[in-house]
Amino acid sequence: MEAAIKDQLVSIEKPELVAPPDWEPVIMGILCNWCSYAGSDLTGTSRIQYPPNIRIIRVPCSSRVDPWFLIKSLQTTADGVLVSGCHPGDCHYISGNYFARRRFLVTKKLLNFVGFHENRIQFSWVSAAEGPKFAKVVNKVTEDIKKLGPLHLYKKENFEKK
Amino acid sequence: MARVGVFVCFCGANIADYVDVPQVVEEVKRIKEVKFATEYKYMCSDPGQGMIRDAIVQYKLTSIVVAACSPRMHEKTFRKALSDAGMNPYLLEVANIREHSSWVHQKNKKAATDKAMDLCRMAVAKSIANEQLHEISVPVTKRALVIGGGIAGIQAALDIADARIPVVLVERSPSIGGKMAQLDETFPTLDCAQCILTPKMVDVASHPYIELIPYSEVIELQGFVGNYKVKIRKKASYVNFKTCTGCGACWQKCPVKVPNEYNMGIDKRKAIYTPFPQAVPNKPVIDAEHCTMLLKGKCGICAKVCDKGSIDYTMQDEIIEREIGAVVVATGYDMWDPKPYEEYGVGRFKDIITSLEFERMVSANGPTNGLPLRPSDGKVPKNVVFIKCVGSRDEAKGIEYCSKICCMYTTKHTILLHHKVHGSHAYVFYMDIRAAGKGYEEFVKKAQVDTGTTYLRGRVSKIYKKGDKLMVRGEDAQIGQVVEVEADLVVLATAVSAPKDNPDLARLLGISYDKYGYLSEAHPKLRPVETAKAGIFLAGCTQAPKDIPETVSQASACAAKVCGLFAGDTMKKDPMISTINNEYCSGCQNCLNVCPYGAIVTDDVPVGHGSKDLRTVAKINEGVCQGCGSCVAICRSMAINLAGFTDPQIINEIVSI
Repeated sequence: MEAAIKDQLVSIEKPELVAPPDWEPVIMGILCNWCSYAGSDLTGTSRIQYPPNIRIIRVPCSSRVDPWFLIKSLQTTADGVLVSGCHPGDCHYISGNYFARRRFLVTKKLLNFVGFHENRIQFSWVSAAEGPKFAKVVNKVTEDIKKLGPLHLYKKENFEKK
Repeated sequence: MARVGVFVCFCGANIADYVDVPQVVEEVKRIKEVKFATEYKYMCSDPGQGMIRDAIVQYKLTSIVVAACSPRMHEKTFRKALSDAGMNPYLLEVANIREHSSWVHQKNKKAATDKAMDLCRMAVAKSIANEQLHEISVPVTKRALVIGGGIAGIQAALDIADARIPVVLVERSPSIGGKMAQLDETFPTLDCAQCILTPKMVDVASHPYIELIPYSEVIELQGFVGNYKVKIRKKASYVNFKTCTGCGACWQKCPVKVPNEYNMGIDKRKAIYTPFPQAVPNKPVIDAEHCTMLLKGKCGICAKVCDKGSIDYTMQDEIIEREIGAVVVATGYDMWDPKPYEEYGVGRFKDIITSLEFERMVSANGPTNGLPLRPSDGKVPKNVVFIKCVGSRDEAKGIEYCSKICCMYTTKHTILLHHKVHGSHAYVFYMDIRAAGKGYEEFVKKAQVDTGTTYLRGRVSKIYKKGDKLMVRGEDAQIGQVVEVEADLVVLATAVSAPKDNPDLARLLGISYDKYGYLSEAHPKLRPVETAKAGIFLAGCTQAPKDIPETVSQASACAAKVCGLFAGDTMKKDPMISTINNEYCSGCQNCLNVCPYGAIVTDDVPVGHGSKDLRTVAKINEGVCQGCGSCVAICRSMAINLAGFTDPQIINEIVSI
């Protein structure tokens, strides 16, 4: 049933459009303060290099992340979004990341339904001790988004032109 | 109209080498709300903070952005600078251009600069939506919980209690004392561990401000700094401690023999036992896994011989609840199991023992009356080979770190062997001798001269049996040759490892731990005893391997932190908590379900101004809310906002680049 619906969906992705050679994607990284943000700090302290495409927003907990933030990012400035929190069970706020996990699954399905490629919205669990893992996650997300190309449809500049 | 001041830091060369700081300043000046922007070598220094203070006054700034290191590092520093200039400290935003840009994009200065500009734009945009916030005062429960009764827990409990603050000390085993109680003598002074530890143990038991709860475990912690509620499960000891006099008749008559954990299984204890003669409290407990009365209903001898009738086979586990304000975690360490060293024949050859087993044997109160004996035939060994770094500094076996204490205790063991067995000879295979500490190097040097120990620098590759001897084959890297040593006994200096239950405990307490299972401190250099969760502190080896002097220092540091926390009747709490706009709240109560702290309750308010009809809305308990923001994201009428991370602030960040 789901597969049948999927076939009829109109994708907003435009793989036929070729991105300009100097195009670099912008990725909005929304990280929880206690695990992933601390982990990304550790990546820095350990001088582990990763692609410069990610812009990081700090929130107290992944459960603070409203689906609105993801939609707004894709609509205005970002070609992809990464949300990262504490490992399940390790949440600084006891259970916040479980709510976040459920909410993201629904959000991802919705955005996929609307026509975004599923790789544009990614989630990960990075603990405060996992500096190298954060770099790995950013590498992967950046690669994925680069493959997808620019997000053309809902960009701010498109609206402003009209 | 907002008037933002931006201060970009060079961080010496840390930022300036990889980000074009002047260019960032030029770029942020183009943002129309930015009325002042400048750069400085060290923003966190006093002149740097002075620039912020001066600019606030001179340019009538309404919010401040500091582009520097992570806000986890210096947010507090800069907030204080704002306060000093008479500005609300929460009007500050930090753009993290060091950890998130200069340090991670060192090969691409242009990209790093562009990213730094974007991070500054985001911070400026967010700061425009910042609001003035004020710290909240909450009452404090002045009682501390100490988890673990080893030397770290003992020292922390005594220091806190000496400041007349009540302490609840929870110990898992029947007696406090921990690993230190198992030691014979301690480096570098060779004073006997029992002599310096047992008086402290007695002090704990007799201290009017310490409530000792042995044979128990923490099972739940709720609440927040200054106002925690802890649940402790007191395991059934089957002995009424109130009437028991500790006479020992029960364990003398008990027929069930069990390997003795205190002596590393070298001898046997009974099913009803006190762990060691100097135990505190000196009351026996029944080991329910081995007692035949509890398992099969047969025996009951201990109850018959007890004059006081203290034995109660029907005793159940008991849940104890206490209100506390702070927690000191001091769960110590485990000795690493050397089984992965198959090439050494661990498990196959009886005469290979661990350092703690050796320690028990040479201990005056040990199972062999202070003489090291070969487990295979009970003979006194003459040639003893000590192998250091078994597990430690060996990535292949899973432990990359240095266990820190093995060099010193192996040196101590060579001395003890020299004292106890005349005509003995010790060989030490080592990688490095790490003797950093007061009097440590002198101790090692003196031991080498006094004992005549042969030090061989190199790893052991194989141990095999030849007759009743063990042949230890290894490399002597200093002469570049393979050497073989004939040994009567081999002692492995096994690594220190994190207690295997630490991850469970960390989850229970809501603190973080590293990949080895050691609990994480808030900052490795500047906040070494605090955890990321306010009011929870770390002492001893549960944070990382350390020796007794360091453990005691850290425990006392914890005590100082706890006393500082309890210095006033109320404490300041971060104002970054949720607020509810009653006008928008529809009373759906979804927020009640997601709040992990039960900080949201319902409240009845008039439907309209002056109306007598009431409607239900949600209400935040300011003292309980920890500011996670779960309720904000779940609220469909957008009635809730999280101060410091409001929707306008985050949306501003998103759309600003």
